Amino acid sequence: MKIHEYQAKELFKKYGVPVPSGGVAFNPEEAGKIAAALGGFPVVVKAQIHAGGRGKGGGVKIAGSLDEAKALAKKIIGMSLVTHQTGSEGRLVKKVLVEQGLNIQKELYLGIIPDRASAKIVIMASEAGGMDIEEVAEKTPEKIIKIFVDPLAGIYPYHCRDAAFGLNLPAGAVKEFSAMLKNLYSLFVDCDCSLLEINPLVITAEGSVIALDAKINFDDNALFRHKDIAGYRDTDEEDPLEVEASKFNLNYIKMDGNVGNMVNGAGLAMATMDIIKLAGAEPANFLDVGGGASAEMVENGFRIILGDKNVKGIFINIFGGILRCDVLAEGVVQAARKTGMKVPVVIRMEGTNVEAGRKILSESGLNLITAVDLQDAAQKVAKIVRI
Amino acid sequence: MSIFVNRNTRLLVQGITGKEGQFHTRQCVAYGTGVVAGVTPGKGGQKMDEIPVFNTVKEAVGKTGANCSMIFVPPSFAADAIMEAADAGIALIVVITEGIPVIDMMKVKNYIAGKKSRIIGPNCPGIITPGECKVGIMPGHIHKPGGPVGVVSRSGTLTYEVVHQLTQKGIGQTTCIGIGGDPVNGTNFIDCLDAFQKDKDTKGIVMVGEIGGTAEEEASEFISKNVTKPVVGFIAGLTAPPGRRMGHAGAIISGKSGTAQGKIAAMKKGGIHICDNLGVLGELCVSVFDHA
Repeated sequence: MKIHEYQAKELFKKYGVPVPSGGVAFNPEEAGKIAAALGGFPVVVKAQIHAGGRGKGGGVKIAGSLDEAKALAKKIIGMSLVTHQTGSEGRLVKKVLVEQGLNIQKELYLGIIPDRASAKIVIMASEAGGMDIEEVAEKTPEKIIKIFVDPLAGIYPYHCRDAAFGLNLPAGAVKEFSAMLKNLYSLFVDCDCSLLEINPLVITAEGSVIALDAKINFDDNALFRHKDIAGYRDTDEEDPLEVEASKFNLNYIKMDGNVGNMVNGAGLAMATMDIIKLAGAEPANFLDVGGGASAEMVENGFRIILGDKNVKGIFINIFGGILRCDVLAEGVVQAARKTGMKVPVVIRMEGTNVEAGRKILSESGLNLITAVDLQDAAQKVAKIVRI
Repeated sequence: MSIFVNRNTRLLVQGITGKEGQFHTRQCVAYGTGVVAGVTPGKGGQKMDEIPVFNTVKEAVGKTGANCSMIFVPPSFAADAIMEAADAGIALIVVITEGIPVIDMMKVKNYIAGKKSRIIGPNCPGIITPGECKVGIMPGHIHKPGGPVGVVSRSGTLTYEVVHQLTQKGIGQTTCIGIGGDPVNGTNFIDCLDAFQKDKDTKGIVMVGEIGGTAEEEASEFISKNVTKPVVGFIAGLTAPPGRRMGHAGAIISGKSGTAQGKIAAMKKGGIHICDNLGVLGELCVSVFDHA
């Protein structure tokens, strides 16, 4: 799960990680009040969306006066902000973060992520702050310091010293930085983060260490033990169909093609999207109804796929394991009767009780197109959407 | 021959009295797996069908000599259950549970390092040596006993698809392992490839990967140096958008890392026969393994 910068900074404050003074505003008047209360200019007005590259897209501006702050907030709130992560349609900005401008002396990068292969938590730090860190990693990997922490032992002062001295921090900032890094690590572990990133982390002319930006993603699997963090979810940032699917515990991701598809199991669902593409069409979505899908889940999945206006044909690919094909066939027939067959449906079923399943489909009287195998199914559905 | 499980496996089921645990335990028994014990804290002394239930893994191991555990407990209790099994000396711990927090699994993996236990999973279908022993939730009947091909995969139903195609073409399997779709797992591709390479009955290997992480890249490197048997590879997720979690917690392209294209390139470089079209994987396997 992703959250906004202002929410991440709330968590930072809770954990004693210094951030600039400021607040979130939903309209220019609120932005003005916050700016006035900061007690000095310049202030920074930052669009709050779940995408990086906001500055380059024109979503982060500096205001030298109260009037300018209000004018910028007016301009940014309501704009469709296009960044390299939003796609060409951009993302509607509904709120801005208004913050005190800082006297920046040095910009650093700091990130914490889990390392899959070693099962250690990795702290990444670089003097190349404020830049695209992926680019830094690719072109000049030596500029990134990596520190591996065993999650059983936790973080120790030497980890922090390794980072601080590796970053060539001014002597006066080492202690403050180390305390901050320890707090960030605690936040990462306590809250089950899957990514924590500060880019840039700044050293001010006064020698303070401050998180100018803040990005946190959370491990969805751990949200059950963080009800407060789950409350940070902003469904405005998600596709409406994806929000709807999540209510039924369906793994649905909307895409740009016109072949809707429903599959049991994530790996097979991805492979199904791939074979649609290989057959010359484009998948409209990813939808995994799960290994133990019920008739009801199939029905909801069907409805959500049909909620996408681009869908010209549907490909249902089920490998019956423990979940029997006859049970699934019943679900499909029920769903098709209830929601209506607005577009052609190609079904490919294999596995447990497949004969009984095929019988149910053929006797349903519905105009379902059956396929003998994956290859056949992909070609049939691709042909349908091409017409 | 086979790897990790066979007819001598003595299976214990953690979470045996739950709905899933009961159902799949019965399926495993029906397949012929030697299920010797179950564990559900507080239900010690009861029986699930004819299988004795114990309060702790230690007690179950002491009384029954169980050497393998299959775990069905819910995500919030899974780390505890895995460490309990490891401490009780269980050699092979197969974790079916989906949805375990990543930090929990990281702790488990570091805890288990240096112990004798092997973890398979989590978030996996399990492991099967066709005709001998099924420890997992896969449908037994799609498999063909006797080898000569070993299968290792990060997926569930996609593995069934692959196995089904092999069986349809008359190609049997030595052992099929689902290593799971989570970012941090116990047994990885390399562990399985190494075991298949050493298993004299396995003549070829099918490796099924997907987007996210770098396990396939590392496995390719290992194959080029250590595996002499032919390997057929498939990667799911060529059309997956970056930054999105594709069902499996581990199936996510982060920036430039974890793409299907990158994995396929690495696998080709490692000498793996790449299957571009899942629809004809069976045919490809016939042509590759017949010449093996």
